[in-house]
Amino acid sequence: MAITLTINNTSHTVDVEPETPLLWVLRDTIGLTGTKYGCGVAACGACTIHVDGQPVRSCQTPAASAVGKKVTTIEGLSPNKNHPVQQAWMEVGVPQCGYCQSGQIMSAAALLARRREPTDLEIDAAMAGNICRCGTYQRIRQAVHIAAKKANL
Amino acid sequence: MTTMNLSRRRFIQNAAAAGGGLMLGFHVPVSRAANSLARPITAMPEGVEINAWLSIDPSGLVTIRVPHTEMGQGGITSVAMLIAEELDVEWSKIQCVFADANRHIRNNREYKVMSTHGSQLVRLQHPHLMQAGASARERLKEAAARQWGVERSAVEARLGELISGNRKGTYGEFASAAAQIKLDKEPAIKTPGQWRLLGKPMQRIDIPHKVDGSAHYAIDTRIPGMVYAAVKASPVPWGTLKSYNFDAIRNRPGVIAAVELKAVPGKRGQPDLQNAIAVVADSWWRAKTALDLMPVEWDGGESAKASNASYYREGRAALNVKGTPTKDDLKAIEAVQTGKKVVTADYERPFETHARMEPINATVHVQKDRVDVWSPTQDQSAAVLLVADQLKVDPKIVFAHTMYLGGGFGGNGGGGTGVTRQAAEISKQVGRPVKVLWSREEDIAQDKQRPMGLARLSASLGDNGLPTAVVTRGVWFSQDRINQVGPATADYPLFEMPYSFPLRHHDRHNLNTHIPSSTHRAPGANQMGFMQESFIDELAIAGGWNPLDWRIEMTKDKPDWQLVLKTLKEKANFRTDLPRGQGMGVAAVECHGTIAAACATVGVSRRGELSIEKIVIVLDAGHVINPHAATEQAEGSVIWELSHAWLGGLELENGAFANTNFDTYNLMRINQAPVVETYFASSGGKKWGGLGEPAGPPVPPAVANAIWYATGKRVRSTPFVSHDLRWT
Repeated sequence: MAITLTINNTSHTVDVEPETPLLWVLRDTIGLTGTKYGCGVAACGACTIHVDGQPVRSCQTPAASAVGKKVTTIEGLSPNKNHPVQQAWMEVGVPQCGYCQSGQIMSAAALLARRREPTDLEIDAAMAGNICRCGTYQRIRQAVHIAAKKANL
Repeated sequence: MTTMNLSRRRFIQNAAAAGGGLMLGFHVPVSRAANSLARPITAMPEGVEINAWLSIDPSGLVTIRVPHTEMGQGGITSVAMLIAEELDVEWSKIQCVFADANRHIRNNREYKVMSTHGSQLVRLQHPHLMQAGASARERLKEAAARQWGVERSAVEARLGELISGNRKGTYGEFASAAAQIKLDKEPAIKTPGQWRLLGKPMQRIDIPHKVDGSAHYAIDTRIPGMVYAAVKASPVPWGTLKSYNFDAIRNRPGVIAAVELKAVPGKRGQPDLQNAIAVVADSWWRAKTALDLMPVEWDGGESAKASNASYYREGRAALNVKGTPTKDDLKAIEAVQTGKKVVTADYERPFETHARMEPINATVHVQKDRVDVWSPTQDQSAAVLLVADQLKVDPKIVFAHTMYLGGGFGGNGGGGTGVTRQAAEISKQVGRPVKVLWSREEDIAQDKQRPMGLARLSASLGDNGLPTAVVTRGVWFSQDRINQVGPATADYPLFEMPYSFPLRHHDRHNLNTHIPSSTHRAPGANQMGFMQESFIDELAIAGGWNPLDWRIEMTKDKPDWQLVLKTLKEKANFRTDLPRGQGMGVAAVECHGTIAAACATVGVSRRGELSIEKIVIVLDAGHVINPHAATEQAEGSVIWELSHAWLGGLELENGAFANTNFDTYNLMRINQAPVVETYFASSGGKKWGGLGEPAGPPVPPAVANAIWYATGKRVRSTPFVSHDLRWT
């Protein structure tokens, strides 16, 4: 079935079953591989994207449910790694293996869009759905604070 | 534009142009500042190959071929630093590509070692990597000396320039001449006192690729004509496939084929095929959905009777029986049996899994005269050999394309394990490039696990409260009782304790299981380090000693242990007099040649809720070439071990694992993560220890020891979350 999605401000018409999780449409049909598969049950956050600005787990989001909405993936977060979260992530050197970091960055960006200066507790609450097996949590906290400062300049 | 979108034609051109160093996957323009931007590959740099590790182009841009895997440990940066130190070149004039495993195999292991494991990259490979840089530098100097008619010793090489008196040239100008030069004698590499770059904290050069989705992992491989396979192996490892009904799903959208994969009788090693069934489709989601809907019956055989409970029963029984001694001292046994004051304790830990965030996958394209492999492995050369073996082809026609690795942790050795064989086999059978991806459930169920282990430790105490004799027994389970990966499944921390015990006996039992096992970050130490260091606290406290002072006293003759423990004492402010509900604990374990000590600060509420507030780590690896990456590794190792010790534990039921996704196999999350402070107490000299793993093992016992101070409860098994920690 053909459905039309707006992803990173570009319109894509894809032929998939409407219940296909958005994750696989992004990765395998369209080729935006920055969004990662981690668990398939919305328990790790590696597949986090924004739908109309809200962070969602794309592994549990049917493609058809995103029709008419604005989908943003890590590739569309900024034109040139210049989102404050990406800048802070590079400054602190957050990623290790990096696999979960697209999801971490999308969760952090969504947090900062609704909280200008989140506390450690607010960061923990907003980011607890994103597992990092390399254990970069301490640097994530530090980088979110730096990103908040950059965003508020 | 990066690798995987390249047309095949372009891809072959790149492979050829690279002179063997496949310019695939990434291009790293080395950062001067943390936020410098990665440039996409547009063309291979023109350059002259000075040796297998490096080429120099006319502008002086140095391309370093990195033989090792980048899994977040800073491997690319370490290799670049080691070579740049000797070559003496501006950090900003370096770019890195992954070295070609096919060339390595073709040229009789030209890169010496491509495997990345055991925290070995720096500690064991630094001599030949530095040598490659030093050798190139001397050949550049010799080329300039010949042109200028002076002795080589009159030419200085500095930051990409060659200088003699008022004559000056660049590496780029002399690269072609240098490539022709053979040295009579290889130069000696620098000693630590001569380092210019090594030892400085350097931001990792893979970072910019990891903030915008541009880093490519094996799972991101996309090649023209590729199809996808979802796979299920017998849930009870090494079980057999009784039946499956492909007709039930063959008409589903996109479904292409079902492929049965068969274990080879007699081959049950780590990288061998399990009995499995694959569904191939035009997308992975369609393949997986069809596979889940297909009726499949398995026979787990006798192994289906095994469970955590049955293994613990067996292990506890073995603790009562003398095992194979590694240090046999009957006097020690007798002293403990007849001692006035004796301390004895049993400890046990369940199976744990790797669960790297990148689920296990592999892409293979089998063609008549060429095979291409994208495998998430810690050893690309092993992937080449493994695929060649599976297909019975000459390894010289097998090309492995190194991608970033989404976590390794010891679980991705041996060429990426059985999944790479699966992809090779399926590609051969369907005649198309195939990406095999395991679902997370499959990834955990079929992982090569960290084995279950038990230990009993006993000691007799003298009048001064210090032990007079120590007797230990280790028990662990390994597949077919094969100790496949050395210390990975063993109990070496128990018989290599650093403490000066007057009498000592250790013996062990290696019990049988059908569960395949593998190295798991800080193998052996991660498991038995908990047994060792929990017991040491029990022993010290029974003898009336402060546990940290006890450790300092008992390692008096070991200067590096003294350095680490005294640094911990200075940095951590370890106290035993905190109010109820708060506690601090210490522990120290040696792993991969590095001594790691930890001090944990915890809180336990009256209701028994544990919070781990802070972990202080002190490490002696002898030398640290990149304190920045080494600190990250310490922080990561702490979280890694706490995940298992606090929250983890695989549950084996009816021969198969029951908790195979993150909703049931719990890993530490940010709201549970402690603050980690890392210090290096480097003893220098000839000592070179690893830094990717050793910070982990002392952390679980430090936390258990802190829990005792907070609650008076001794936790002798993991996960801690299964214990009742309430106090009044």
